[in-house]
Amino acid sequence: MGTGLTETQKTDTPITASKHGDVAREASLSLVEPKGDTLVAKTVTINRPREELYDYWRNLERLPSFMENIERVEALGEKRYRWVVKAPAGHMVEWVALVTEEKAGEYIAWTADEGAEIANSGRVDFRDAPGGRGTWVTATILYDPPAGIIGKAVAKLFQREPAIQVRRDLRRFKQLMETGEVATAAWTKAQLAEEND
Amino acid sequence: MRALTWHGKHDVRVDSVADPEIINPRDAIIRVTSTAICGSDLHLYDGYIPTMKAGDILGHEFMGEVVETGSKSTLEKGQRVVVPFTIACGACFHCSKHQYSACDNGLPADNQDIAQAAYGHPMAGLFGYSHMTGGYAGGQAEYVRIPFSDVGPIVVPEGVEDDKVLFLSDILPTGWQAAEYAQIEPGDTVAVWGCGPVGLFAVQSAFLMGAERVIAIDHFPHRLELARRFGAETINFEETKTYDALLEMTGGIGPDACIDAVGLEAHGFFADNIWDQIKVSTFTGTDRTHSIRQAILACRKGGRVSMPAVYGGFVDKFPLGAFMEKGLTLKTGQTHVQHYMPALLNAIMEGKIDTTFLISHHMPLEKAAEGYKLFHDKQDEVTKIVLKPGWDLTEAA
Ligand SMILES: NC(=O)c1ccc[n+]([C@@H]2O[C@H](COP(=O)([O-])OP(=O)(O)OC[C@H]3O[C@@H](n4cnc5c(N)ncnc54)[C@H](O)[C@@H]3O)[C@@H](O)[C@H]2O)c1
Ligand SMILES: [Zn+2]
Ligand SMILES: [Zn+2]
Repeated sequence: MGTGLTETQKTDTPITASKHGDVAREASLSLVEPKGDTLVAKTVTINRPREELYDYWRNLERLPSFMENIERVEALGEKRYRWVVKAPAGHMVEWVALVTEEKAGEYIAWTADEGAEIANSGRVDFRDAPGGRGTWVTATILYDPPAGIIGKAVAKLFQREPAIQVRRDLRRFKQLMETGEVATAAWTKAQLAEEND
Repeated sequence: MRALTWHGKHDVRVDSVADPEIINPRDAIIRVTSTAICGSDLHLYDGYIPTMKAGDILGHEFMGEVVETGSKSTLEKGQRVVVPFTIACGACFHCSKHQYSACDNGLPADNQDIAQAAYGHPMAGLFGYSHMTGGYAGGQAEYVRIPFSDVGPIVVPEGVEDDKVLFLSDILPTGWQAAEYAQIEPGDTVAVWGCGPVGLFAVQSAFLMGAERVIAIDHFPHRLELARRFGAETINFEETKTYDALLEMTGGIGPDACIDAVGLEAHGFFADNIWDQIKVSTFTGTDRTHSIRQAILACRKGGRVSMPAVYGGFVDKFPLGAFMEKGLTLKTGQTHVQHYMPALLNAIMEGKIDTTFLISHHMPLEKAAEGYKLFHDKQDEVTKIVLKPGWDLTEAA
């Protein structure tokens, strides 16, 4: 499990909060066929039942409704999906990924095919939040930054730096699930279209 | 439509901009009938607040008539509503606890990063108050898009004039929450620093909650006079040593509860760029940044301090020792407007709270830029300006 204790940990804190160690390697222990050497992981509490959140997410074609940089996800059959993702400067990147593990209401994991332009793998876990506060949704993603450091710098410039992106996407998922819509300050449809561009 | 837009320090203009449209299912559009200029708007006017962009529409104290509704709005066309200045979803954990100003979902996801970095957590959205608070277009306009219109706006009864209910949007609930946070007990003496709109509503609220005496502190004679009208005793801090006066006026005990309704002169919500201003004003010890320190020193042992006043970043020389040794309680925060609106509407309807006394000027929206200048230059006599979209330039009262 990407969210539980690992061998090298001696406390209950998540590996993403660790000050030492190879967090990406530790996270990879929770994945089948891990790919990528950079870790992004984030947890958000959503005031809705686990099953409902899982069901929405498992329908991967719907991910663009809250994941800003995903253009579309196409089902190719046999748990294979084509991901088309917006990259800086109007470019698109795409790859095919396989759902490696899933359990209704609990988790879903994937890994990109060998040779994908951006090597990546990850999982999303859905757990009951303590105190009846709904569900903890944890996204754990390993990836190889495109074109290394430079690609990441460029991406950051365009606000598509993965750590920021994952945090914002999870917030949008929370908004959509809790309120039925994604918050926006746009006051005309034209502004909204521009924002989502 | 016409709207008051911000262009830079001391540069606000009434411009023609695009009309708002329904974007999300829970939205409504209202046609604004009354919209006030708030003291906090002056901080935008003075250029203290970062993350403003040229063309931003200001205004967060407004009301109007519903003209359009999204598929999930519970409002109906033609209803008159007052809109809370905080934009809250009504569905998250915090909203379910009625902590509306702490709503998780009021801010667009991309706008949450700044507050998360500055405060550790993003807060609710606000109308017309910079991009850190969401970048939502404000209410000093002919029309406004209202997100989450099914949980925010309160419908007002037929026949009640705007002036009576307009302040449900911000300053009345803020004064009320301030008094509630002071946990007033029978026999209490409550001291209120600042006789602006928030302080004056805190004075009224404190009496309604059973305070035996309220002592109001300011330096503007007209504002002190308004406080006196509601039964408060007054202290003019320019002529009086506030701490000495408060102790003498309470037989050496000190006020049981102290309300800081002043805040920073250069206040705002923002940690980063006002750091310098805060430091400067703290070290030069201006009276304004003094208010919270004075409140803590004057407050009786075991007493309560309530702080509706907005502070943005870090404060030096906070008397933590006095606070601890005397065993005080401090309660503060942005107002959970939605929580207080229904009860306060009733209080207005029953004549228990006077709201109209505050309004010193009505002006056409077209004259909003003049209104800002007037409010900015003449704080004593200008207690509240209400802008009226649709009035022609000759109308004023
Ligand atoms: N918590 C909230 O949600 C919320 C909502 C609205 C306003 N506010 C804040 O409440 C505060 C008051 O708002 P307002 O609109 O009444 O402001 P205001 O500027 O109209 O009034 C402040 C008053 O304090 C007086 N003052 C200044 N220094 C003083 C001192 N040392 N001792 C006593 N009085 C002093 C000023 O003369 C002025 O009359 C502001 O900080 C504002 O930002 C908070
Ligand atoms: Zn206000
Ligand atoms: Zn909420």
